[in-house]
Amino acid sequence: MAEFRLPKNSRYTDGKKWPAPAGAKNTRTFKIYRYDPDSGENPRTDIYELDMDGCGPMLLDALLKIKSEVDPTLTLRRSCREGICGSCAMNINGSNGLACTVGLDELKGDIKVFPLPHMPVVKDLVPDLTNFYAQYASVQPWMQTVTAPPSRERLQSKEDRAKLDGLYECILCACCSTSCPSYWWNGDRYLGPAALLAAYRWIVDSRDEYTGERLDELEDPFKLYRCHTIMNCTNTCPKGLNPAKAIAETKKMLSMRAL
Amino acid sequence: MASDSRPLSPHLQVYKMPMAGLMSITHRATGVFLSLGTIALACFFISAAAGPEAFASAQSCWNSWIGKLLMLGWAVSLYYHLGNGIRHLIWDAGYGMEIDQVNRSGIFNLVFTAVATVITVIAALV
Repeated sequence: MAEFRLPKNSRYTDGKKWPAPAGAKNTRTFKIYRYDPDSGENPRTDIYELDMDGCGPMLLDALLKIKSEVDPTLTLRRSCREGICGSCAMNINGSNGLACTVGLDELKGDIKVFPLPHMPVVKDLVPDLTNFYAQYASVQPWMQTVTAPPSRERLQSKEDRAKLDGLYECILCACCSTSCPSYWWNGDRYLGPAALLAAYRWIVDSRDEYTGERLDELEDPFKLYRCHTIMNCTNTCPKGLNPAKAIAETKKMLSMRAL
Repeated sequence: MASDSRPLSPHLQVYKMPMAGLMSITHRATGVFLSLGTIALACFFISAAAGPEAFASAQSCWNSWIGKLLMLGWAVSLYYHLGNGIRHLIWDAGYGMEIDQVNRSGIFNLVFTAVATVITVIAALV
């Protein structure tokens, strides 16, 4: 059931202010969500005035500058710094995105950084993605066949291969699922756009022979049909993919096979 | 989904809904409002069946400024919900789901709602 307010232990308060070093001329203000599991206190938002001289162009550069020069306790996930690992997904000025591919020049005014929405927070900007990964695993994202393996690769026409474009590129950053109000209210039972995009990626793969079983598995009021085409997923995907369309195609296949 | 004592990260409190998301929640809200309108309409029919006195008092109700305001609200809701419902049908058929198309059909529905409401109000006044 939808719970619009944050639980008591999750309401955040104004936190510390970290002023820019004396003499800094080129500064920008960052408001960042902080939660320290060891303190037992509620989350807070700290304000950092960062000296932008010598800072790289991306939001991730600024966050790492804060971590290395201002406050080493600031905690975030990051790895590839080029939009392929999906680790630094977070809520940036109200939309989900990858800190490494969002340019500081694209962000207007003070920059507000929160963890991915409606997720249990491990620390600061690090959400617990256990449920998200379990949902991905539940769609069995690997090729399944009944026919005997051929002596060489299972071949696919160029047209059939093209059907996978826009699907296989997903990096599982969770930006889409955590932008979705349906996932917020029913994330325990609704699979969410990321897992459903992955499911569709195998449903349309001409080499996979479990299409029917995969569709059976999704034919459920919650797993699939909590999608109400709100389109936040497609609006927010940092890779420019369209999970909402993949879900619509899945629904369409289910109704077509019932006819 | 709260696992042990971990706090839940902010959601509605921080998320900046894109136009498509705002139009989706408006679709839900207009749907709820129209359901109430259906009950009101049924009451109006019952009053008509119950005789001239009941009908007259129901009519004076709808002729009050608050009655007229409600009718305007139901007209807006009906056209919005109708237009948006057709949008949903088109999406369910697998068309118009790229973001620029979604935004264009959204604006189209807002214009349709405004035009249809204005025509209805004019028709009601003359």
